[in-house]
Amino acid sequence: MDNSKIINISGLVKQFPMGNNNFTALHNINLAFIKGEFCGVVGPSGSGKTTLLNIIGLLDNPTSGNADVLGHNANDLSVKEAAMIRRKHMGFIFQTFNLLPVYTVFENIEFPLLLLKMSKNERDKAVMDALEWVGLTDKVKSKPAQLSGGECQRVAIARAMVKRPDLVLADEPTANLDAEHSHNILQTMEKLNRELQTTFLFATHDEKVIQYLRRKITLDDGTVAGDITTSK
Amino acid sequence: MIAIKLAIRNLLGAGLRTWLSVIVLSITFILILLIHGFLEGWNRQAMHDMKEWEIGGGQYWHTEYDPHDPFTLEDSHRDIPSLFMGQANKGNYCPVLISQATIYPQGRMRSIIMKGIDPDQELLELPTSLLKGDFEEIPVIIGTAMARATKLAKGDITTLRWRDVNGTFDAAEIVVAGIFKTNVPTVDASQIWMSIVTMQELVSMNNEGTLIVISPEITNPHPVPGWEFKDTDSLLSAIISTIKTKTIGSSFIYIVFLALGLLAVFDTQVLSIFRRQKEIGTYVALGMTRKQVVGIFTVEGAMHSILAVLLGALWGIPLLAWLSKTGFGMPLSADEFGLAMAERIYPAYGIGLIMITLLLIVITTTIVSYLPSRRISKMNPTEAIRGKIQ
Ligand SMILES: Nc1ncnc2c1ncn2[C@@H]1O[C@H](COP(=O)(O)OP(=O)(O)OP(=O)(O)O)[C@@H](O)[C@H]1O
Ligand SMILES: [Mg+2]
Repeated sequence: MDNSKIINISGLVKQFPMGNNNFTALHNINLAFIKGEFCGVVGPSGSGKTTLLNIIGLLDNPTSGNADVLGHNANDLSVKEAAMIRRKHMGFIFQTFNLLPVYTVFENIEFPLLLLKMSKNERDKAVMDALEWVGLTDKVKSKPAQLSGGECQRVAIARAMVKRPDLVLADEPTANLDAEHSHNILQTMEKLNRELQTTFLFATHDEKVIQYLRRKITLDDGTVAGDITTSK
Repeated sequence: MIAIKLAIRNLLGAGLRTWLSVIVLSITFILILLIHGFLEGWNRQAMHDMKEWEIGGGQYWHTEYDPHDPFTLEDSHRDIPSLFMGQANKGNYCPVLISQATIYPQGRMRSIIMKGIDPDQELLELPTSLLKGDFEEIPVIIGTAMARATKLAKGDITTLRWRDVNGTFDAAEIVVAGIFKTNVPTVDASQIWMSIVTMQELVSMNNEGTLIVISPEITNPHPVPGWEFKDTDSLLSAIISTIKTKTIGSSFIYIVFLALGLLAVFDTQVLSIFRRQKEIGTYVALGMTRKQVVGIFTVEGAMHSILAVLLGALWGIPLLAWLSKTGFGMPLSADEFGLAMAERIYPAYGIGLIMITLLLIVITTTIVSYLPSRRISKMNPTEAIRGKIQ
């Protein structure tokens, strides 16, 4: 594997059982991503964006074909091994934020570090760094319910970034945000991408997101209909 | 560690629902301690009183003697072996002669058991020294239950009629030299105690006895031909088995409470796993293994029992401590009940009882928390993240 290629997908097919037949959500996808990309899968609803991200996030398995993610073939991984790779190397950002409501902002961001069994000192420092990246140092003790949608998503970004993962997967991260907040979080992510060389992969049909992407992969009905890289 | 912190936050956040389960479980906890503590207290008191009043450190029985069959009394007497006699053995052995007789208090006939005992004995609590007073009639002592039943008071005189060893009837006047109060009905109900020497003369059974009470200090009683040794355990078996029966009977009360508490926890678990799919999916996306997620929910459910124990301690310890000081007043007296029972029973809570109860609650709660949580490992994480599982 080419070292800089952190994701390599070839001949990927994903089918879902539908009654007696199978519904093919992804047809023969071939894609590669290199370290540090700021890219997105775009396309209409139902085109297979989430399905592709789930496979790359090792949350779902290919029906056939290969998906090499961070040096591991998705087909060869046990559920537990996949969890370990997510734990160490991946961050997720969801459309609905998915913060733990009973935890404070600090604790939500600290959570992935607890899974990595980091020491208290290291955790405190990493969480404070992450809070600074997203500009929420004054909300450490707040609970998610006390935050606006934009602030929640910034907490989610900090949670995804705090362990400095190799790859961040963001499925419709702006769908529940207004324009101002959307731009704000995208700028935050773009900055982190530049500073930390983290690879960002979005799934979106939001124009506001698309304009930030340096590479746009267009899915249409489960096939790659376009792959355009713009230099910025 | 993560699981415990999360569990506490989630439980406290869930409010009323949590407290309902916790309250029921804490009632169960204290109820078990109370019921078993009461029975244990009764057990201890009864065993203690029976040893003090009746059985000492065990008894040698004439091989024919059967306390449940008065007709055996005619044949169950024989010479007391010299081992049990004499001044030197006084503190260790106390022979008792038992026979049937009739008394006529207020002119009414009443069958009784008469028992002869050494007035100088100190093995049993029976106030036998009262038999040494100077009386014209034959002095006897009786218990309060017997006194109540026969309406005899101290100093009262009545007629005693008996058959001697040859079956010949004879009669004499007896006087109540003292009335003693005991929790042990088997030394009280329908019986009179007199000096063993006097009784041996009355029934012409010189130097004979029916049973011999031994001192608790005698640790290794010898076998004696013609006599069967009964240790304290076998002499206490009736009370022990009665209390065991009571224990089983009364456990139904708390089993109902326990079942209610567990059902509430189970229900909470099923609901929270359904409602918190998104959270479950998020844990998986963050890299938790399914086992860890199942663990989080199991710990959360099991935490109900920990809170229940803490809450139980909060209201239960003062209650239990107070009850162990004041005791339970018993509605029945021992003679009505037929087994040794004090008027007040002071519950006894051993550390063993507390630990077993605690474990019972924690383990059963953990199991009912775990069972629904297993569903998590079958969840599809991609659907869970979106909260789509029905
Ligand atoms: N678990 C599943 N079972 C059956 N069909 C599924 C499943 N997941 C996705 N699909 C189908 O696969 C297709 C692609 O779904 P996917 O969620 O990847 O689309 P998407 O591009 O993310 O759409 P959207 O923009 O609405 O999020 C859809 O037609 C969807 O109905
Ligand atoms: Mg989608």
